[in-house]
Amino acid sequence: MADDTVTGLHATVAVPGRLDAAVTAEPGAVVAVIGPNGAGKTTLLRAVAGLVEMQGEITVDGESWTTPRRLVRERRLGYVFQDQSLFPHLSALGNVAFGLRARRTPRREAEAAAHGWLERFGIDDLADRRPGELSGGQAQRVAIARALAPDPALLLLDEPFAGLDVGVATSLRLELARHLRDFAGVTLLVTHDALDALTLADQVLVLDGGTVAQAGTPREVAARPRTDHVARLVGLNVIRDGDTYRSFSPRAVTVSLNRPEGSARHQWAGPVVSAVPHGDAVRLLVAADPDLLADVTPAAAAELGLAPGQQVWLSVKETAVEAYAVS
Amino acid sequence: MSQQAALGRPPTPLVALAAVAATLLVVPLLTLVVDTPWGSFFSLLGSEAVLDALRITALTSLLTVVGCLVLGTPLAWLLARVDFPGRSLLRAAVTVPLVLPPVVAGVALVTALGRNGVVGGPLHDAFGVTLPYTTTAVVIAHTFVSMPFYVLSVEGALRSSGERYDVVAATLGATRWETLRRVTLPLAMPGILAGSALAWARSLGEFGATITFAGNYPGTTQTMPSLIYTTLQGDPEVARTLSMILLVASVAILAALRNRWLTTP
Repeated sequence: MADDTVTGLHATVAVPGRLDAAVTAEPGAVVAVIGPNGAGKTTLLRAVAGLVEMQGEITVDGESWTTPRRLVRERRLGYVFQDQSLFPHLSALGNVAFGLRARRTPRREAEAAAHGWLERFGIDDLADRRPGELSGGQAQRVAIARALAPDPALLLLDEPFAGLDVGVATSLRLELARHLRDFAGVTLLVTHDALDALTLADQVLVLDGGTVAQAGTPREVAARPRTDHVARLVGLNVIRDGDTYRSFSPRAVTVSLNRPEGSARHQWAGPVVSAVPHGDAVRLLVAADPDLLADVTPAAAAELGLAPGQQVWLSVKETAVEAYAVS
Repeated sequence: MSQQAALGRPPTPLVALAAVAATLLVVPLLTLVVDTPWGSFFSLLGSEAVLDALRITALTSLLTVVGCLVLGTPLAWLLARVDFPGRSLLRAAVTVPLVLPPVVAGVALVTALGRNGVVGGPLHDAFGVTLPYTTTAVVIAHTFVSMPFYVLSVEGALRSSGERYDVVAATLGATRWETLRRVTLPLAMPGILAGSALAWARSLGEFGATITFAGNYPGTTQTMPSLIYTTLQGDPEVARTLSMILLVASVAILAALRNRWLTTP
């Protein structure tokens, strides 16, 4: 029985050996799922879609998808796959109309609605093209329109900007933000990009090794990362000290060739792993256990001879460090 | 100098053996074309025995293709898409007729569907249906030997298009039947066409299983190959004319395959 008072997504998902996670989201919310490769991000989407065996419970707008288990086609979802997977034998229009036709919408109506969706994505002039004749960005728009057209309760996006040129990804990100604002259902967005999480999401779910390492608003997660992965994504250093996390910006790190004297409480030593331009600075990755980022000016980098392999000391002032509790 | 020339001359023994192989393949076909009594070609084509055989061959080979489409497509789908116990065993069984001597296929069909056969006996007793020596028997024999070609071709196409699109269709709410109709079969169409052409070609030339299971009765079971075999003993000119007709049909199929299949990546 559907319970109208319970809305949004409530899911606890366990896939033995791969994933054990819970996620809750209000209707209209966008949840960014981030984490390193193999963290279980795609597994989470596939489990929610019903494509992998799982234990646990999934409720969408008060309807259980798990007791009894619903077939994939009985779940009101839209899934945008990493490789788009547009039907190669159908036109853009045929692809977008497919879900409506499958749900018994008459052909004429379905095609009119599909035209409307292509129009909203600014590609209605490409309606008759086959996927092979579309660019990456166009194909991704068709894929997203196809997933949204049947009015799903849950939208699953698996790295929608992967493999696109930076410029294309940027404009598509803006467009997607607009469509997600209009979308009444819950969106789960798997991404590798901190920018996606910060610009598109209301909530961030950080997965690591198949479990939820952190959950919160994008602002919280970016300011107080609890995993190395997220710290790297948002360009922060984070170290764990007992039951306290300490995070600090690479800009706050002082680099020297000799052990620093003075008031700096936090000091590390290690070899430079890489030195790459970052804005108007040079960003160093130093294998200092843990790996740390440090920004120096190009002049300083030249003066200190900071090339990979060079042993350096890093230090940071206590005032530049934000400390927060583990739990 | 082209890259090929820069590698040196092709070894002489290789060229000589290749020439023998090419001669072996081409000369008999050329002599058939040359020896065909073209003067009486069209008058022979009009004789009743030839027309009957042509009609039966056309009818049975088309019905064989229909049989493959209707029965072979579901079998290929099952083999490609459904995990069931004994699947690899079934696939192996399906391929046996590919390598089975056609006469043996005919004998096997007699033991199963003959008047006293395991299935044919009860069929005769219960319904008075006798299969051997009927046009239906020709179609059954042809389907038996042609189906493996069709099933393997279509199963290959289904496998290469993959389950990926079936999954996408399911996330869009399509039932398995709709998915089959609107996604799986359209994507497998090159394989279906190639399989049909192969099955048709196999059926056109079928002789051993047909003559064993269905006999060689003019007007009911005498196909072109059976008629060629019969006429060769008394009237080799007619046999050559009929062979020429089948050669043209085979080459036409090959041309169709080239366009539809061999050049499609």
